[in-house]
Amino acid sequence: MRLLPSGSTALLVELDDLDDVLALYAALAGRPPVGVVDVVPAARTVLLVTDPARTTLAAVAAAVRTTAPRPDARAGGDVVELPVHYDGADLAELAGLLGTDPAELVHRHTGAEWTVAFCGFAPGFGYLTQDGGGWDVPRRPTPRTRVPPGSVALAGGFSGVYPRASPGGWQLIGRTDVAVFDLARDPAALLRPGVRVRFVPRGQSRDCGPSGGVVAAP
Amino acid sequence: MTRALTVLATGPLTTVQDTGRPGQAALGIGRSGACDRASAALANRLLGNPPDAAVLEVTLGGLAVRAAADLLVVTTGARCAGAVAHDAPAPLRAGEELRLGVPTSGLRTYVGVRGGIDVPPVLGSRSTDVLAGLGPPVVAVGDVLPVGTSPLPLPGVDLAPVADPPGGEVTLPVLPGPRADWFGPSAWATLTGAAYTVTSDSNRVGLRLDGPALQRTVPGELPSEGMVRGALQVPPAGTPVLFLADHPVTGGYPVVGYVVDDAVDRCAQLRPGQLLQFRAAPG
Repeated sequence: MRLLPSGSTALLVELDDLDDVLALYAALAGRPPVGVVDVVPAARTVLLVTDPARTTLAAVAAAVRTTAPRPDARAGGDVVELPVHYDGADLAELAGLLGTDPAELVHRHTGAEWTVAFCGFAPGFGYLTQDGGGWDVPRRPTPRTRVPPGSVALAGGFSGVYPRASPGGWQLIGRTDVAVFDLARDPAALLRPGVRVRFVPRGQSRDCGPSGGVVAAP
Repeated sequence: MTRALTVLATGPLTTVQDTGRPGQAALGIGRSGACDRASAALANRLLGNPPDAAVLEVTLGGLAVRAAADLLVVTTGARCAGAVAHDAPAPLRAGEELRLGVPTSGLRTYVGVRGGIDVPPVLGSRSTDVLAGLGPPVVAVGDVLPVGTSPLPLPGVDLAPVADPPGGEVTLPVLPGPRADWFGPSAWATLTGAAYTVTSDSNRVGLRLDGPALQRTVPGELPSEGMVRGALQVPPAGTPVLFLADHPVTGGYPVVGYVVDDAVDRCAQLRPGQLLQFRAAPG
């Protein structure tokens, strides 16, 4: 663990890998140190944002050093089922690029559970990693200027769902009708760090409610 | 009579802002809020509003509003011609208008009204986040902005003795950022020695700067990481971008330094063309 300076009000904790990020984030998000207003996980780091009126960076650094990570946290999150139409614009080309065919790619995408590692890019955009991993997907050489909302996509070792129309460079493999970010719902963001996700080919979803998307206790 | 302000003109950009949405960055939702927090807070203090009451953030003047009831208003931040209530609360009677000219110096004027701008909050805040597209819509001509009531007493202050934002060159204290070691020592010397100019494609997300490029010594891609306002992020072209209120929650370019948090409010008052110098802050 390395603590990196991030200005007068924040502390960036750099870790060895994503598993360490998830474990430290789970521990810090559950019991943030006094005066910490935001805990922001990312691919290799956890950022702690403080209210300088209530704490010092030295106190937060000391609290982080004595925080016991929770490597067990990955198994404990809510489970979300996302029905997907696997008809993305890049599905066939990407399957070829990965040396497989679309059916096998879909089988791999739906075959094992994903976990939201962190969010970013846009409100409610989760970076999902698959248990077992094994994905290494290049971005599109030229990003699209408009990716439709609900697009299910792959890039790097991650899968994601675009919450709304936006530019984007990920490979589009399908789309879901579930609104992953909905201001009328509490919580608005369906894909929060630690939430586990199962993608289901459309038509095979077991108990999709009227609003789509099933949130069930594990 | 309904407590409200009717919008007659907006200038280049007027938004509703409060203290933002802290605590939701892990969901990809940034804090947003007033760009110049100190000026917005001053407006609320002078009016006896709670600290989280919403105000109007007016960019480069030009706002005109008409009171639908007897109200108490104040402007803070960039001083505009025509604003008789600058740093000093003043009544705006039903039917009267407040018209802001172009500020003589500074960029953002905060218009506070006793009771706060009472539009519906979104995810706990009335701030418009222009990057995320969250919060109340940008203020438009014809809007009728509801005004709330304040449970707090009036502070009885006639005038806050606050200096106007400077119009000339501004010096800003910086601390090394998390990726300062991705740049050579000469890059830090350049950053803290040269002058940069604010360019016109700056906005609430950040200030784009013109000036000497910073050379990286560590090549390769940085996995995205969290950041806060004041970050000096360095894209491949080498000229830093100084992030303000609506900055992205995470970014994939290295952050070479951070403007000390208190000084970020002053950055929010810099106009295109204005010169700034970074100076190493005592660490």
